[in-house]
Amino acid sequence: MEMERPLTRNIRPGQEPLDIQAYQAAGGYQAVHKAIKNMTPQQVIDEVKASNLLGRGGAGFPAGVKWGFVSPQAPHPRYLIINADEMEPATFKDRYLMEGDPHQLIEGIILAAYALQADVAYIFLRWEYKLAAQRLRKAIAEAYQRGYLGRNILDSGWSLELRLHVSAGRYMCGEETGLLNALEGKRANPRNKPPFPATVGLWGRPSNVNNVETICNVPHIINNGSAWFLSLSRTDEGGTKIYGASGRVKRPGAFEAPMGTPLREILEDYAGGMQDGYKLRAILPGGASTAFVLPEHMDTPMDFKNMAKIGSSLGTGTIMVVDDHTCPIGVMENLEHFFAQESCGWCTPCWAGLRWSARILKSFEEGEGRMEDLPILEDHSHRLIPGTTYCALATVAMNPLSSGVRYFRDEFERHAREHRCPWR
Amino acid sequence: MAKIIVDDREYEVKDGQNLLEACLSLGLNLPYFCWHPAMDSVGACRQCAVKLYRDENDKNGRLVMACMTPAADGTRISIEDAEARAFRASIIEWLMTNHPHDCPVCDEGGECHLQDMTVMTGHNYRRYRFGKRTFYNQNLGPLVNQEMNRCIQCYRCVRFYNDYAGGHDFGAFLLHDTVYFGRREDGVLESEFSGNLVEVCPTGVFTDKTLKQHYTRKWDLTTAPSICVNCSLGCNTIPGERYGMLRRIHNRYNGAVNGYFLCDRGRYGYEFVNSERRIRHPILDRKVQGVTKEEALSRAGELLKDPARVIGVGSPRASLEANFALRTLVGPERFFLGISPSEARLVQQSIAILRDGPARTPSLREIEKADAVLVLGEDVLNSAPMLGLALRQSVRQKPLRRAAQMRIPLWDDKAVRELVQTERGPLYVATPNRTRLDEIATRTYRASPQDIARLGHAVAHAIQSDAPVVEELPEEIRSLAEEIAAALKDAERPVVVSGVSLGSLEVMQAAANVAWALCAAGHPAGIFLTQMEVNSLGLGLMNGKTLDEAVQTARSGQVDTLVILENDLYRRMDTYALEELLSSVAHVIVIDHLSNPTTERAEVVLPAATFAEGDGTLVNNEGRAQRFYQVFVPEGEIQESWRWLRDAMAAAGRSSQAPWSNLDDIVAAMAEELPQFLPVLQVAPPAGFRIAGMKVPRQPARYSGRTAMHAHISVHEPKPPDDPDSPLSFTMEGTPLQPPAALIPRFWSPGWNSVQALNRFQEEIAGPLRGGDPGVRLIEPAEGQQPAYFRHIPAPFAARKSEWLVIPLHHIFGSEELSVLSPAVAQLSARPYLVLNPGDAAALSLVEGGLVEVKLNDTAYRLPAKFSSELPAGLAGLPVGLPGMAVASLPAWGRLASETPLDSSAAEVGKQ
Repeated sequence: MEMERPLTRNIRPGQEPLDIQAYQAAGGYQAVHKAIKNMTPQQVIDEVKASNLLGRGGAGFPAGVKWGFVSPQAPHPRYLIINADEMEPATFKDRYLMEGDPHQLIEGIILAAYALQADVAYIFLRWEYKLAAQRLRKAIAEAYQRGYLGRNILDSGWSLELRLHVSAGRYMCGEETGLLNALEGKRANPRNKPPFPATVGLWGRPSNVNNVETICNVPHIINNGSAWFLSLSRTDEGGTKIYGASGRVKRPGAFEAPMGTPLREILEDYAGGMQDGYKLRAILPGGASTAFVLPEHMDTPMDFKNMAKIGSSLGTGTIMVVDDHTCPIGVMENLEHFFAQESCGWCTPCWAGLRWSARILKSFEEGEGRMEDLPILEDHSHRLIPGTTYCALATVAMNPLSSGVRYFRDEFERHAREHRCPWR
Repeated sequence: MAKIIVDDREYEVKDGQNLLEACLSLGLNLPYFCWHPAMDSVGACRQCAVKLYRDENDKNGRLVMACMTPAADGTRISIEDAEARAFRASIIEWLMTNHPHDCPVCDEGGECHLQDMTVMTGHNYRRYRFGKRTFYNQNLGPLVNQEMNRCIQCYRCVRFYNDYAGGHDFGAFLLHDTVYFGRREDGVLESEFSGNLVEVCPTGVFTDKTLKQHYTRKWDLTTAPSICVNCSLGCNTIPGERYGMLRRIHNRYNGAVNGYFLCDRGRYGYEFVNSERRIRHPILDRKVQGVTKEEALSRAGELLKDPARVIGVGSPRASLEANFALRTLVGPERFFLGISPSEARLVQQSIAILRDGPARTPSLREIEKADAVLVLGEDVLNSAPMLGLALRQSVRQKPLRRAAQMRIPLWDDKAVRELVQTERGPLYVATPNRTRLDEIATRTYRASPQDIARLGHAVAHAIQSDAPVVEELPEEIRSLAEEIAAALKDAERPVVVSGVSLGSLEVMQAAANVAWALCAAGHPAGIFLTQMEVNSLGLGLMNGKTLDEAVQTARSGQVDTLVILENDLYRRMDTYALEELLSSVAHVIVIDHLSNPTTERAEVVLPAATFAEGDGTLVNNEGRAQRFYQVFVPEGEIQESWRWLRDAMAAAGRSSQAPWSNLDDIVAAMAEELPQFLPVLQVAPPAGFRIAGMKVPRQPARYSGRTAMHAHISVHEPKPPDDPDSPLSFTMEGTPLQPPAALIPRFWSPGWNSVQALNRFQEEIAGPLRGGDPGVRLIEPAEGQQPAYFRHIPAPFAARKSEWLVIPLHHIFGSEELSVLSPAVAQLSARPYLVLNPGDAAALSLVEGGLVEVKLNDTAYRLPAKFSSELPAGLAGLPVGLPGMAVASLPAWGRLASETPLDSSAAEVGKQ
């Protein structure tokens, strides 16, 4: 059954990852040989397009299509940037992949860079990921030593430099254009699109920004083909997915499972179900920036399309479980406080609106809540929508807020009536 | 043209605009904050939301930001849509969650864009019930006050200061709702343009610190259109007065000159008008008190009886009319230019270059659009600061072509800057010492005036071989010249910048050759020559003899009376020559507004009006004649210099020669006598101009307390003063309509109380004022002329063994005579020093800060030494014009000697 978990097959939790020799012995870097020797860059792009590999950073945009935005005639230097600034609360899938199998990521980077004919690739790594940084540094050095990176890779005439950049640390750096600004040494404010990074990206040059997990899939697609990749999935969205679970479940952690595995299977089979004495109240299915779903949605397949159907989103696929001993308004307050803190301060709805929302939630938690503030929260969820804010941070921050106001209205009333948080 | 549909009405708009520009150009009310017409769109504030519809069948539409959406043909939007209105109101509601409601004690109140936009959106009820964030305020120096609690995070300040004006000591710090706009630590803002923060900030975060010393609300200011008098560029200004005191200067947009901004010298240099040193009554025989106007004029009349024995010295800081009146009084043969002989030669040379050569002088605004620039000899940020700001924009022009190729709209400022990054178009700076423009220069060249001229000539020759060859040019200079020549030839709008501030005729001639060579080679180039003062070129156009000729004339015993117009001759000529002039005449009459060493020597001193107290015409370095208007009626016997001269002629029984009753009369007389000034008749409407029978009010409709402000003297409201010279009234009565551009006393429009009301006065956003920008150019180049190249090429500079070539250095703060009398400017003024190459200093055993003795002809200075590794060996730099420094005609060879400092903390600034 090894083939069903291609992303994690080399990962042995608690142990050092495979070094380059072991990685190669396990079949590693064969995709690089195959692509560079037998495939044109366009063929690599086409294969990834056919695999329907959807971006694992949360937006679910087809990776191959995104690569195709960099025109073959685009000027050089071109850049590939790996978004490893995993700061979505409760999300730790990229960390698992980088710490567990750094060469898999590097191999994917080489393939993606080859497809784009990129000259330089950066891994933009979250500041706190010290262990990942250490392991990536070692793996990059090994890859350089073996000639997978650097000048004239495998005598192809094509060269690639790979640099690890450790972020100074902000949620906004995970937004791809904020990331580009941060990498340029500027404030991590987002950029307006168009122009898209494919034309005006890092240092004004053609660029592509991809998530760690997305890129880790690429060697397997190249090795085994798009048809195989599609067959891994339980829906039409290709591949496996690293799902995660946190909260009061029996076995919190990250699990690789076929794309489209239902929520119930992940929570009950992989995470072992709720801890004794706790009941499931609500779920944030894909990180802090996704809308709450309820126990009634448990049979929904966890993929981009089906999660959207129930008014939420797959996001990063790492599930946060809210139990019946936890104040849901407290959860919301925690999340909105996070988003308000992480606003870059660029557009008014975000920096002012999120703070106000967080203040209102906090007032409920502190026993100062007033029901007449609820319409203000609703106003925010109507007004912080795509197009009115500069980037997606504020709009996704509304996902838990608007769904929470809808699902937990009785809790707001109880907090206001009792002038306290009943869970405190 | 594109057709757009706004709220079901079709409009024609210019191609390539965004919807916000288009709507504002159409006169529609759409609120905004972060967008600025000179800095374009970034989409931060989200205030200008409108509903965008796919087509006429789309009933839902979606909210978009007007500033970030192209006004493409067929675009259908609604401003009035309920959702769009509600969203715009909620932006204000969000901003108000932190904005302190301190309007009553805020300096911005009454001219606050945030107030206007709040009213415009209709937000008026506060639902937010939590605390507001607070900040520490920094001391940013004497010019700009900071009150960060009022900040609405529109990012205009940092975009102006860093992106537009190239500042480094300002930034956006922190994040979310506590973004902080300021310096890393307290300290004086370093930019020459920091004062623009006051107008760029849409609310009261950055306000005018000098205004704070004598605060007045905008609606209580009496204002009139004016011209900055602190350099030769002639930026347009709006000075404001109350209670007989000038309170502040605001920018007056002129689409062809200064656009939206002013430099700090121009904005803050106004306080000499309020100076203790003002002369407000006539002075006779140094008797200050109790001299009546009649007594003074009667004495002047006696002294002027025999015009053949009177000579007059004009002034580059006096109006054309004042200089013309003096010229009329003494006759053209006895009219002398009140500038040093060497400067006079430079001014005459400038006029000849602009008039007789094929190269046109661009306006300041056109400089912004230049796509390759060569600067020869000028430290522009000190000699003509706004030119530096324009050059900072010019280096963006070439890279902007790439944005256009990639179809990125040029108004999408962030996208354009992301694309362009640090790429800059060609700018070559050749000066003796480092300049603040170096950081954006493609290459810099540090050399003596001679070698700068040689480089210029080599560039000219590389462009067109008819231009003279420079012999014995080192290979590296030749290749630099070829690089510059190629860059200039490759450009669509190349410009050569030079001027008088280095005091070198040779450099100016070389600059002309470069521009002319470009013209001859089929690349129409501009030549932009700075002058020293506000009316230097006007004075030069008037023709006149030089001051050394004045000394000769006086020495020959032909002169009884010397009349000096608005001029401190101690700043123009060395003391010996001046003493000789003064001692060769029996009587001295001075007309000026400030007491100075020259007025001390006068038998009769007549109190002249400053720019704020009289009308007149000034000619900037571009040859643009512009009118400034009296702002207020000063106390005392102050009147325009031309009126004093007219009255003095009448007292001398010569009234038939000066039959001028108002400004129009003297302008007409001048145009008749001197045809070069014929276009001055078109500079502004005549005094009799009326709109529907009404004058243009200097006071806003909301001017308060006009009865009360004099009540301690009389409860009867005094009759307002007459103004025979202009169509402006001194009261709030007058036309509510927009006057012609030359007469705009302030930018105000219903609902638009801030400077942003300007949008309502332009033909299109950032375009000319309605009816055309004010000012008339007096000089145009000779069309189709083959250049008569300057053939004299100086020999290469050779350092001397015991002498140094002392060159003049200029300072934005300190070198200009009047502005340095503003306390805020004085605080920032440079202190006297001498700058040397460290190698030379070592040879003199000089330590940095140690005293050095400088001997120039008859003048000696003892100054602290500064080192500059960029200043070539054999040169020494001496700041000019600083208060207390004796004048010297530079460049000149001088001797230097190290002095053992007796007291290292104080340098004695010795006059011989």
